[in-house]
Amino acid sequence: MVPALILGGIAVVLIIACVVMYNGLVNARMRVKNAWSQIDVQLKRRYDLIPNLVETVKGYAKHEQEVFENVTKARASCISAQGVGEQAKAENMLTKTLKSLFAVSENYPELKANENFKALQEELTATENRISFARQHYNDTTMDYNAKTERVPTNIVASLSGFKPREFFEIELAEEREAVKVQF
Amino acid sequence: MATFYDEMASNKRLSWLLVVAMTALMVITGYVIGLASGSGWTGLAIACVVALVIALVSYYQGVGIVMAASRAGRISKQEYPQLFNVVEEMAIAAGKPMPDVYIIHDSAPNAFATGRDPQHSAVAVTSGLLSKLNRNELQGVIAHEMSHIRNFDIRFAMLMGVMIGSIALLCDFFLRMAFYGGMGRRRSNDRRGGHPAIIILAIALAILAPLFAKIIQLAVSRRREYLADASAVELTRYPQGLAGALQKISSDQEVLEAANRATQHMYIVNPIKSLKAKAQSMFSTHPPIQDRIRRLDEMAHLYDDERA
Repeated sequence: MVPALILGGIAVVLIIACVVMYNGLVNARMRVKNAWSQIDVQLKRRYDLIPNLVETVKGYAKHEQEVFENVTKARASCISAQGVGEQAKAENMLTKTLKSLFAVSENYPELKANENFKALQEELTATENRISFARQHYNDTTMDYNAKTERVPTNIVASLSGFKPREFFEIELAEEREAVKVQF
Repeated sequence: MATFYDEMASNKRLSWLLVVAMTALMVITGYVIGLASGSGWTGLAIACVVALVIALVSYYQGVGIVMAASRAGRISKQEYPQLFNVVEEMAIAAGKPMPDVYIIHDSAPNAFATGRDPQHSAVAVTSGLLSKLNRNELQGVIAHEMSHIRNFDIRFAMLMGVMIGSIALLCDFFLRMAFYGGMGRRRSNDRRGGHPAIIILAIALAILAPLFAKIIQLAVSRRREYLADASAVELTRYPQGLAGALQKISSDQEVLEAANRATQHMYIVNPIKSLKAKAQSMFSTHPPIQDRIRRLDEMAHLYDDERA
């Protein structure tokens, strides 16, 4: 009787522990997915901003046709990109072309003094920041989730119920930081 | 990387210790004061009711009250796009909802955060902060405030405020009663008052308890500032921004008019300048600013090495 009670007690404790660990894993994975979708939200924001920016700059710098075309092309290839690798490449391209757009605008003092342009510049800086912070947050949540799938004892529950570690979003850090500094 | 998590864990332990110590202080004070004026349990009950009422009011109306007391007005994105963007960026980096943004029209640069949890939170900055800092420095300051929100420091600060307020109220009430009403009553109705030793103990406690409460709170408040600086860097990955901001804020000579002793602990840098000279004393709500900057500079080296 007594051994049965003890065994039963241990079983109950084990089951509760497993449920708690499982739920912890589910929550961590949910945070990762949510963080990933946040990146997309911010990327879309940037796409929406670009046509407006190009139009404003065009009004002052009509002769820089090539730069405008590059930006528009890079934007289009970002939207149609498939898979993480291709997406990252297209995003880098877009960042580069935007940089050259702002470099060109340096030559037009009237443009630089334009309130609308200044507002757009701030919006773009903010959007670039939002993207990199969203990625950073994705990596933070992924680190937390991956640690859970590898740490004892949650790793037992994780491997039994198919929680696999996620990939980090890796991009050249130096490149990212430069993108943030568009404003100066 | 481990430093953020280590500090956060020890911060959590300390916070619990503080809540327990404060509760004990409040219960004991309530009981002894009750004992001195008739019944210990009545005193205890009054202490708990007072604390509960203040806690409920500040839990649900806290942001509004604090903002009104600091003469802060809520703003929209159209009015201050850059400030709004920076707050949103930091909310994204922390993975928290966007807090409400308030502005205080005062040329002294400073900022604070308040609220009950990340879903009901607010940050306030002065207009002086906006005009004196560049974007990266502003980002550092907002990251510091966002860290207070994320670490639940805002709720904790509110809880502490409530407990200290209740203890102070209770002691104040008792002292007044003892000096104006208590004496006469004791002569006519000796049984209702407590033993003289207990009355003396109660008076001593009523004078000392608010002081104790304050000292405990301040010790932890200082640690929280270091932690918020560290996790601000975790958010921006750019220690130079916050370091530059702290340098500018601390070298600024202007005085923030709307700040007072009740709200001083919330600000990023202590707004009461006369206290600055005594920054290392037991009664300061903030650690010495040069020490905070030094720690940030150390982190900056860390990040440089990583990138090199």
